[in-house]
Amino acid sequence: MAKLLVDLSRRRLLQSMFSAAAMTALPAGALARASKPLTRALPGTDVALPRVGLGSWITFNVGDDPVLLEQCTAVIAAFFAAGGRLIDSSPMYGSSQATIGHALAQLDAVDRVYAADKVWTSTPTEGPAQIEASRQAWGVPRFDLLQVHNLLGWEGHIETLAAMRADGEVRQLGITTSHGRRHDAVERIMQRVSLDSVQLTYNIVDREAEQRLLPLAQERGIAVIANRPFQRKRLIRRLADKPLPPWAAEIDATTWAQFILKFIISHPAVTCAIPATTQVRHVRENLDAAREPLPDDAMRRRMADYVQGL
Amino acid sequence: MTWWNYRPDDLLLFSPRVYARLFELHNQTLWPAPLLALAAGGVALLLLLRSTRQRTRLVIVLLAIAWVLVAWSFLWQRYAPIHWGIIYAIPLFGLQALLLLALGSLPSGLQLPQRWHPRRGLGVGLFAYSLALHPLTALMAGRSLWGAEIIGLAPDPLAIATLGVAAMAEPGRYAWLLLVIPALWCLQSTLTLLLLDQRGAWLPLLAVLIALAARLWPRRAPPR
Repeated sequence: MAKLLVDLSRRRLLQSMFSAAAMTALPAGALARASKPLTRALPGTDVALPRVGLGSWITFNVGDDPVLLEQCTAVIAAFFAAGGRLIDSSPMYGSSQATIGHALAQLDAVDRVYAADKVWTSTPTEGPAQIEASRQAWGVPRFDLLQVHNLLGWEGHIETLAAMRADGEVRQLGITTSHGRRHDAVERIMQRVSLDSVQLTYNIVDREAEQRLLPLAQERGIAVIANRPFQRKRLIRRLADKPLPPWAAEIDATTWAQFILKFIISHPAVTCAIPATTQVRHVRENLDAAREPLPDDAMRRRMADYVQGL
Repeated sequence: MTWWNYRPDDLLLFSPRVYARLFELHNQTLWPAPLLALAAGGVALLLLLRSTRQRTRLVIVLLAIAWVLVAWSFLWQRYAPIHWGIIYAIPLFGLQALLLLALGSLPSGLQLPQRWHPRRGLGVGLFAYSLALHPLTALMAGRSLWGAEIIGLAPDPLAIATLGVAAMAEPGRYAWLLLVIPALWCLQSTLTLLLLDQRGAWLPLLAVLIALAARLWPRRAPPR
């Protein structure tokens, strides 16, 4: 009992510390805005997700390093404080799932997260055990979204996920791809299978998905999660020494990260983008991109042309 | 989607910061083991410099123990949680330990040259580098000495030291067997360090090339 009380006190103390950390360094105006990022409804549901989520590729793979675990917890605390909900991970991402689970437990935030994970094994019969291990690592009662990672063993896994969805063990199912790979196969699956979500690479320079996949998602009512928004930092590094155009102020983009994110999430088919970061200030900057004004079609063309011309 | 669709950078799962922290945490957790490991490595180097059959066996046993320790304490406990591919390397480390013990204990087993020869110079040089200089690559990578990679505790210097022994050992058919796993480890290490954009990424590969050069160095012509 005494141990339980100590644990609870420690947890409350940590929650207070992370809340304070998440609140400090935010100007008053930003604080007021922080609670209301733009949302988009998931097709066919009453769930509306903030237009910027949180990826975990590389950034949350920190093993059991106590210092780095607390840094990641602070990032997730700031993400929730800024109104974020969807966190995405995969069993392929090393210890990222356990890091998220650590943070959710520390922050007592299991009910705040929209938990998106993946199944990643070429042997479909191993899928259920892997999903259960992932669920335990996260510490959530069930996943909101389960996706077949990079189409690995997708036919078998889709059957498993569909049965889980029917039994209420997961809300939604989907597939993922990245780096623009296997778009033909993704398209065929989107046409054949009852998917809720597709995750693919889409950003201001990787725009192949605009040709067929994004219109098809709109047509079939499939949510789209955009991964690699910054090409794993490469895009931000490439643009770092280039000036933002003065007209970026028209969409309230003050950094390249916001410029790129606003481009991505303003596509009518995109539900949200999932940038990953290890820094609290970056997670706030990213969530700040999910606010009005977003670019219209003309502005989007201007943005893409500008970046292409750099 | 199949395995060969993944590119090397898809399989890099962690950041340079996390990689550096692996060694810092390892050394801090095991302290003062890094000092003991350096001392044991120093003794092994002295034994190599004045090698006899018994001393060679002692070095071989020390190396075998180190391969098991590194597999358990570093690969299994620290590295595998952030890199699922490391699971596949752990049995190879065990196999290397068995190879060392088996080939070192055979009646006609491993022997080290006692007289000066370029092959011996390169082998001893590799061992000395792994012991004394490789830990300093931490400074080159911008880490403190807490992040040093120590022989007997971290895989890279252990693989390089073993390459040194395999480079000069006789008979050649055994030595080549001992060279395979350390060389494979060094190749993957160079690939990892390149993907992490680390300075000194080429050093493990260079060690493999030096070991190969030593093994292929012409034998001394028998006296007429």
